Amino acid sequence: MAESYPEDLKYHAEHDWARIEGEEAVFGITWYAQDALGEVVFYDPPEVGAAVTKDQPYTEVESVKAVSDVFAPLSGEVIEVNEALSDAPEAVNSDPYGDGWLVKVKLSEPSEVESLLDVDAYKKLLES
Amino acid sequence: MSTETDTLRRTALFDRHAGAGAKLVPFAGWEMPVQYEGVRQEHLAVRQGAGVFDVSHMGEIETTGPDAEAFLQHLLSNDVSRLAEGGAQYSVLCREDGGVIDDLFTYRLRPGEDGAPRFLTVTNASNHETDYAWFSDHADGFDVTVADVADRYAMLAVQGPEAREIVARHARGDLPGRMRTATVGVAGSQALACGTGYTGEDGVELLMPPSAAPAIWDALVEEGVVPAGLAARDTLRTEVCFHLYGNDLTLDHNPIEAGLGWAVKLHTGFIGSDALQSADTGRKLVCFGFTGPGIPRQGNGIFTDAGEGVVTSGTMSPSLGYGIGMGYVPEEAAEPGTQVKVDVRGRARAAEVRAKPLYSKS
Repeated sequence: MAESYPEDLKYHAEHDWARIEGEEAVFGITWYAQDALGEVVFYDPPEVGAAVTKDQPYTEVESVKAVSDVFAPLSGEVIEVNEALSDAPEAVNSDPYGDGWLVKVKLSEPSEVESLLDVDAYKKLLES
Repeated sequence: MSTETDTLRRTALFDRHAGAGAKLVPFAGWEMPVQYEGVRQEHLAVRQGAGVFDVSHMGEIETTGPDAEAFLQHLLSNDVSRLAEGGAQYSVLCREDGGVIDDLFTYRLRPGEDGAPRFLTVTNASNHETDYAWFSDHADGFDVTVADVADRYAMLAVQGPEAREIVARHARGDLPGRMRTATVGVAGSQALACGTGYTGEDGVELLMPPSAAPAIWDALVEEGVVPAGLAARDTLRTEVCFHLYGNDLTLDHNPIEAGLGWAVKLHTGFIGSDALQSADTGRKLVCFGFTGPGIPRQGNGIFTDAGEGVVTSGTMSPSLGYGIGMGYVPEEAAEPGTQVKVDVRGRARAAEVRAKPLYSKS
């Protein structure tokens, strides 16, 4: 897919996105991140119930040649993982904001959302 | 970072790579294409059709003179006296202690006009200068001329089940068989064609003057040969358990434990052969496949009932669809079928020692 950054998402400087749904949020990596990584061939999801902490790595995605930590944009508890990626990890490349989502989290500190970047701020970061 | 790339060397095909949208990376002092469209596609193109790799970063050393055979017999691990004109031979270059300096292909060319034997040895880019210095430093007492001829050649590896047929369409003269060489005309230029490769597929490697490389590249790509990068080259060679110098072969490993005994002829008395007579390190290079999730990476620990080992090469196999690798383990754990664990960043992943190659056409 072509480079894109949806306006309804919040972004983290480590090239992660969060889609806020009330007290919950879905996390994934941005178009920029998947492009830099190359073809994703393996995703090892965290366990449901695991705690994630804002700015800390919570999982890894692997391309043929490299492993990349994925950082949590917000803190909370994993309530759902994208099981479909174990069979089709390439969805992280082909649809990073849709089928390529990584985890769904119940937020423990919803106020952290305010610290995330909006799309314009994230794009500015990419240009710098 | 830009100053770093300024000093990198570029092959004669740099413009072709850039034009094809390749991701270019520094590799052994060269700016090389790591991938074009994608590793998986390039890998599968080589397994199913034909791919072309620019391997012009590899070096060449020419050895000529009346003592050329005796000289190479002194340096190379294989039996050079059994290398016939027009033949190709794999060997390693060892230090006195048996540590591997490089692994090499040597071709015996047609004798020069003076009738003296002539050999061309292909080196790994990262070791070329070391190899050339080693050759030069050991030439005393031999009537030979050792020349660094790396600048004279560009090199293309055309690999895959359809590779030979496609190259043949552009060739004047017969292509060489496996482990043979021949001088042929390709797309209007003279090339040294060799029936060798690094992918486990049939194909040829072509050595030609750098100025001739773009026309040959274009002719092949127009025929549908897929440009393939270093990343696919690595996954392809790992599937068939070919060694990569710097990973599976180093100064700290000898060729016997690396499983290269077939290319080591101790009776020839080459440098390092004395040490190798009695070399028993108790470890062995094996290849393995993961039986569950995960991807092994170089440096990961291997846990066996007989002790620990280390992964030297690891990747996700595009052909097999699971993690594969090579590594050194205690020889008691080297038997195919042995169950081991690989420590992938703190997670113990299940793996099984396998017979070589990991991948073969069924």
